[in-house]
Amino acid sequence: MAKAVGLFRVVPKKRNLELLMLLFGFGLYAFELSQVQLATIQILREDAWFIWSLPVVAASVFHIVLRLRASDADPIILPIGFLLNTLGITMIYRLDLVKSATDADRAVGERQVVWTVIAILLAALVLWLVRSHLTFRKYIYSSMALGVILLVLPLLPVIGNPTSGAYLSVRLGPVSFQPGELAKIAFIIFFAGYLTSRREALAVVGRKVFGIRIPPARELGPIVVIWLASLGVLVLQRDLGTSLLYFGLFLVLLYVATGRTFYVLVGLVMFVAGALIASRLMSYVGNRVSAWLDPLSEANYEAIGGSYQLVQSMFGLAHGGLFGTGLGGGLPSIVPLAESDFIISAIGEELGLVGIFALLSLYMVLVARALRIANAHADDFSKLLAVGLGFVIALQCFIVIGGVLRVVPLTGLTTPLMAAGGSSLVANWIIIALLLRLSDTLPKPGTVGE
Amino acid sequence: MTPEIKRVANFILLMFLSLFLAASAMQVINADGLNNDSRNQRAVYDGYKTQRGAILVNNKPIAESVKTSDAYRFLRKYTGEQYSAITGFYSLFQGRTGLENALDSSLRGDNSAAFFEQLNALLSGNPVTGASVELTIDEDVQQVAWDALGDMKGAVVAIEPATGRILALVSKSGFDANSLSTHNTADASSNYKKLLTDENSPLINRAIGGNLYAPGSVFKLVVAAAAFESGSYTPQSKLPNPSKYILPGTTTAITNSGEGKCGGAKTVSIATALKLSCNVPFAQLGIELGQDAIAKQAKAFGFGESLSIPLKSTASVYPENLDDAQTGLTAFGQFDVRVTPLQMAMVSAAIANGGVEMKPYMVDQIFTSNLTLLEEGNPTELRRSITTSTAERIKQMMIAAVSSGVSSNAKIPGVSVAGKTGTAENGVKDPYTLWFTGFAPADNPEIAVAVVIEDGGGKGQSGRGNTLAAPIAKKVMEAVLNK
Repeated sequence: MAKAVGLFRVVPKKRNLELLMLLFGFGLYAFELSQVQLATIQILREDAWFIWSLPVVAASVFHIVLRLRASDADPIILPIGFLLNTLGITMIYRLDLVKSATDADRAVGERQVVWTVIAILLAALVLWLVRSHLTFRKYIYSSMALGVILLVLPLLPVIGNPTSGAYLSVRLGPVSFQPGELAKIAFIIFFAGYLTSRREALAVVGRKVFGIRIPPARELGPIVVIWLASLGVLVLQRDLGTSLLYFGLFLVLLYVATGRTFYVLVGLVMFVAGALIASRLMSYVGNRVSAWLDPLSEANYEAIGGSYQLVQSMFGLAHGGLFGTGLGGGLPSIVPLAESDFIISAIGEELGLVGIFALLSLYMVLVARALRIANAHADDFSKLLAVGLGFVIALQCFIVIGGVLRVVPLTGLTTPLMAAGGSSLVANWIIIALLLRLSDTLPKPGTVGE
Repeated sequence: MTPEIKRVANFILLMFLSLFLAASAMQVINADGLNNDSRNQRAVYDGYKTQRGAILVNNKPIAESVKTSDAYRFLRKYTGEQYSAITGFYSLFQGRTGLENALDSSLRGDNSAAFFEQLNALLSGNPVTGASVELTIDEDVQQVAWDALGDMKGAVVAIEPATGRILALVSKSGFDANSLSTHNTADASSNYKKLLTDENSPLINRAIGGNLYAPGSVFKLVVAAAAFESGSYTPQSKLPNPSKYILPGTTTAITNSGEGKCGGAKTVSIATALKLSCNVPFAQLGIELGQDAIAKQAKAFGFGESLSIPLKSTASVYPENLDDAQTGLTAFGQFDVRVTPLQMAMVSAAIANGGVEMKPYMVDQIFTSNLTLLEEGNPTELRRSITTSTAERIKQMMIAAVSSGVSSNAKIPGVSVAGKTGTAENGVKDPYTLWFTGFAPADNPEIAVAVVIEDGGGKGQSGRGNTLAAPIAKKVMEAVLNK
């Protein structure tokens, strides 16, 4: 393991490659910001300097921390995180620019910049402090407790802050935070640690029924517990997306740990059954499903909590077509919540199908790096941790972008690294920091891969 | 664990593949259907992307698009309510009316005449700019007409008789088109509702349509023309002159407006009857001529025809299937005769122009943003409405009506004015509709005008065409003559 302890020591080529890509990202970000300003207000405003420089400085600090503390880390992850984060800021800032003078909230972009700086610096701090991810093995059950506490916080009186029917955020003074975003990291650590210690038992070969090996009934315990917890999230917090995210995450890690397809099948059946019952019993789930199946019908379009927003986003995406209207050239502000849940639709309108493909490819590369790191690690905990961190990004993208593109019913998750919102940024940048740490501590540096 | 991670990788690949496919379906395959959905506002917003051309009067914009920093890029701005009947409005939420609607493709810059402009915009990367329109309206005449109407509801139309150029077109009440072009949804829709429910109906263009009016005595010009065109009458032809006339087949008696005889003799000439605007002789003349002759003459003046000036005018109406009593009533512009002020101005203009009726128009030039001329309004002859001699005879009678008859308030010192007033009844107790139509100078007409005032000008049944409408016409004619 090459340990670089000073800026002036010879560092692996990886960091220089990263720097090169970051510089490209800085330039691209400057170009994007100028483009949206010229296209929407026809002038370059001075505040763009601060919008550009703060994330650039933060990313540079992160890069230096990597040189000092993780010089062997993967060179692609930080630039991708920066590209996604700044494209998000660009789009949010662009939406601010066209808001009318009467709009109460015209500084979403500025807040996003501040949160970006906080998130990147926190991630750098995590990287600085956590010299090895294996430390987390000592805190498996603390992680679970932390995750549960974070999940329950929004349900508490006083600090709980329900928005549009979902209990997702807490409010402390002026700052609103979604602790569920951080909870997912705690749960990944817990799942990875728990499954590492229990994988032998869970993988025990049981009876064979219709060609499928069924494990002993008592080994189904954990999956039932997690299933109930997910349903609890669905019922108590009224949040289908988060519920699906945790359950999907657990199923995949369970599968990777045990190699038992059976768990995946049972889990899927349980989730679908739970969701079906929920859609019957809870009107908001039912509305989402019927809006998903037939968004253009007049009834769904006019219904409160119906498909209006989804349809406006579909119009925007169609308007963008293959190549888009160009940054700042479209009308994404027609879509409600364009800066958060529907940021992908704003990107699709202005950068076109080509832009969406590029964006999805960036996410895919990010996830692929995580799986690569998982493969390269020898120990189970590291593997599961890396798979968990990678898969949570993939699944979250799928749930939220798939919701906008009508692959699945629309739920309220944030687009990782792009959507407006501080907690999501902090959580995803910490995931990036952990992936970087994992990639720096590979058993044989420089020989990543199969 | 390696094979499991590989399978997870494949699963993730499938998830992303479904996103790629769904995005392709939405943005390319189904895009046309979504783009054409009636609930899709983006087509409307796209209209705001190009800078819409201006509508100009005397080279000054009365409607123009100015840059804004909001999503629509351009805000439509209007100067003055006096032009609201001409421009109409251009609203994001309530559509468009008036010239904004009639000339939309030119103003937007996508009519075929602007093809090279569009090509140039495409190649140079400059935004397409709509064509601008210069009107035939004269700002002074328009302003005088608007001011002269004061607080009264009504309309003024002024035409240059030899060409058909419209010099003024005023409808009152007007409205502030800026209140509808605003990009604030709530304001625009509440303003629109207010205008819709306003008892003065400001959104109706009284000059060319909407409210059609009973013409009253100004219709006598059409009846006199029918009489002379028949060849059986001259201005000196005598008509019976009782003080009261029972309409045939009825017990309804009609009287002259002074309720006395027309002049005092046993008979009265057509010339005198028109000069003093007597109903009794004209009712009898109308019955003698018959409804077909009057209808034919009305048609020759343009009744029954909707014009595009390019605002679309409502066709004026001479009723059909009349009995003699009804025909008698129509002869002095009552019963179901309904006209637009534009139509009455055209009648005067045709008389002024020796019997030839020119097509009224208000677009002088349409030109691109780099001042290339796209279209030009040219005088077009609609038809010969009456012979030159008929025109001359009616003109002389109209001169007399102003100089020594009941249309005296249109007199302009030193200028020979031809004119005819009208005071039309609506219901037994309803206020009158007051009229004046005429032209000046009589020997070389520069302007033909029609003025209508609704609701008796606020004076119930005591207002008269001569007391309220004629002075307005006088001011409008003076505005042209003093140029």
